[in-house]
Amino acid sequence: MANAPAITATAPRSARAADGGKKRRPGGRRRGAIGWMFIAPFAVVFLVFLVAPLAYAFYLSLYTKGLATGTTFAGIDNYTKAFTDPSFLNGVWFVVRFALVLIPVQMAVSLAVALVLDAITTRFARFSRLMIFLPYAIPAVIGALMWGFLYSPTFGPLAQIFGIFHAAAPFPLSPDNVFGGLMNVVTWQWAGYYMIIIYAALQGIDPSIYEAARIDGASAWQVAFRIKVPLVSSALVLILVFALIGTLQFFTEPSILAPSANWSITPDFTPNIYAYNQAFSYANFNYASAISFALGIIVFIAVYIFLFATRKRGSILS
Amino acid sequence: MTTASLGRTGLSTARLTDGKRRRRANLVPHLFLGALVIYFLIPIWWLFVASTKDVHGLFSGSAGALWFDKNFALGANIADLFTYNGGIYLRWLGNSLFYAVTGGLGASALAVLAGYGFAKFRFRGRRFFFAVLLGSVMVPLTALVIPTFVMMSDLKLTDTIWAVILPSLLNPFGVYLMQVYATDAVPDELLDAARVDGAGEIRTFFQVAFPLMRPAFVTVLLLSIVGTWNNYFLPLAMLSNTQLFPITVGLGLWQGQAAANNGGGHSLWGLIIIGSLVSIIPLVIAFLSLQKYWQGGLSIGSLK
Repeated sequence: MANAPAITATAPRSARAADGGKKRRPGGRRRGAIGWMFIAPFAVVFLVFLVAPLAYAFYLSLYTKGLATGTTFAGIDNYTKAFTDPSFLNGVWFVVRFALVLIPVQMAVSLAVALVLDAITTRFARFSRLMIFLPYAIPAVIGALMWGFLYSPTFGPLAQIFGIFHAAAPFPLSPDNVFGGLMNVVTWQWAGYYMIIIYAALQGIDPSIYEAARIDGASAWQVAFRIKVPLVSSALVLILVFALIGTLQFFTEPSILAPSANWSITPDFTPNIYAYNQAFSYANFNYASAISFALGIIVFIAVYIFLFATRKRGSILS
Repeated sequence: MTTASLGRTGLSTARLTDGKRRRRANLVPHLFLGALVIYFLIPIWWLFVASTKDVHGLFSGSAGALWFDKNFALGANIADLFTYNGGIYLRWLGNSLFYAVTGGLGASALAVLAGYGFAKFRFRGRRFFFAVLLGSVMVPLTALVIPTFVMMSDLKLTDTIWAVILPSLLNPFGVYLMQVYATDAVPDELLDAARVDGAGEIRTFFQVAFPLMRPAFVTVLLLSIVGTWNNYFLPLAMLSNTQLFPITVGLGLWQGQAAANNGGGHSLWGLIIIGSLVSIIPLVIAFLSLQKYWQGGLSIGSLK
């Protein structure tokens, strides 16, 4: 699999890291058994809670359970059903659209903040860094609850703010606005975490490079976009992958906001919410497994395509 | 930084104008940061202000949503929160803490062992397993929840603490971070020296390798504790006994109830607000006080 080098495509050290970075030494066989001993506890958890559920989900997805017929083998029926089920397809379409809009916005915000914080070193900058990161320490459930309150016509400040201009306050969770309303919640929740990762990568760059660029007559903007951004591109790819995986399995925020959204967040809003409801509201575990498995495959393929695409561009950048 | 070091070599007057120019150049970025800080703090400020209001102040207070009502009811709200429904809130808080600490410690212990094993030993199947491990980072963990639920329910383990703790032990990305860190931070020569001196493999790990891997361990520990503390989908699917709920699922339950009956009887909205505030305090304090650990550690995955 090409994943390892792709995640950190532009950092040559990663290739060495994935290799173990050392020569084969004598006494390897005995040492090898000891290596497995260190890995064994994790390997057991990996097999039981990752490989087994995946295999089991695939197995379950090949069967159907009817009241009269009992459990019968159905082959790929659940998948043909899923890929013709408007509920599932609309959910997939929503999270794909959501990822395509959200991720660039989130990346732009976190990259801009990280570049600013890297350039100025005042006490206020340090304070801002902490405050912008703070939402990461707050569970997504509570982040969604807080924004739900802020959006609310009863609790929130929107009605007052718009009241000043004698205008009706918009409801950010109405069917027309829910896309933006959720985008705001997720950006608030995660931008600070991504910013810290980029910032840490920026801090790891050798400052003498900037000195050399400055002597060659590079402006601050050129230093930022021609030197800093390419040098942290592996961090950018890493957080893009995280954001992509997280967005495609979107669940917590919409399901927390659903009760106060007046039905603009439906039980098939995202694939994960749909699978949850199929499993726990309709006890339809076979179909839910098919949806979970299909979603897992979609995410895996999406991330893989993405890594493949960025690896090519990454090599040009570096 | 560069202007400062150049300015230092010049005359004192040059340094002065240089400083002035720097201050003016810094104004725009500071305004940008200031606006962002306000944006990121508004929900938290709102939460704090709303926590100090009684039911009347919350729904029809005169001061607006972002300022205090004349009746300061923070103490009464906290007392209400801790006694409502036999103090179930404190139980949820305790559960969250328990799940986060056991799940986080367990996941980090497994990760540090496996990361060390991958980095410092060569054995058959190592490359293959490591490639599978990296591929698994791309598997959305929520896709595993429903099949894990069915497996657990066959074993009669759903609705127990194990249904939350055991799946939380899985942290492939943590293993990857540990492997990357151990490869560079633990020199082979040191391990060989310990072995030559007669230390067994286990002793070599605990006395030589582990102390060197401690910064990465603390980072992975912090990340897994936060991950388990914040988790919602897994406990929501696994648990139906409210006594076992973590705080996230508990507050989600109250939110559903409050929206459904509009606070009939007891005002759940007030409890949700004060409950949210109290529950974020521990992690916020942890992050503010443990800065030097996570700030250094978060770069491990991206730098190397």
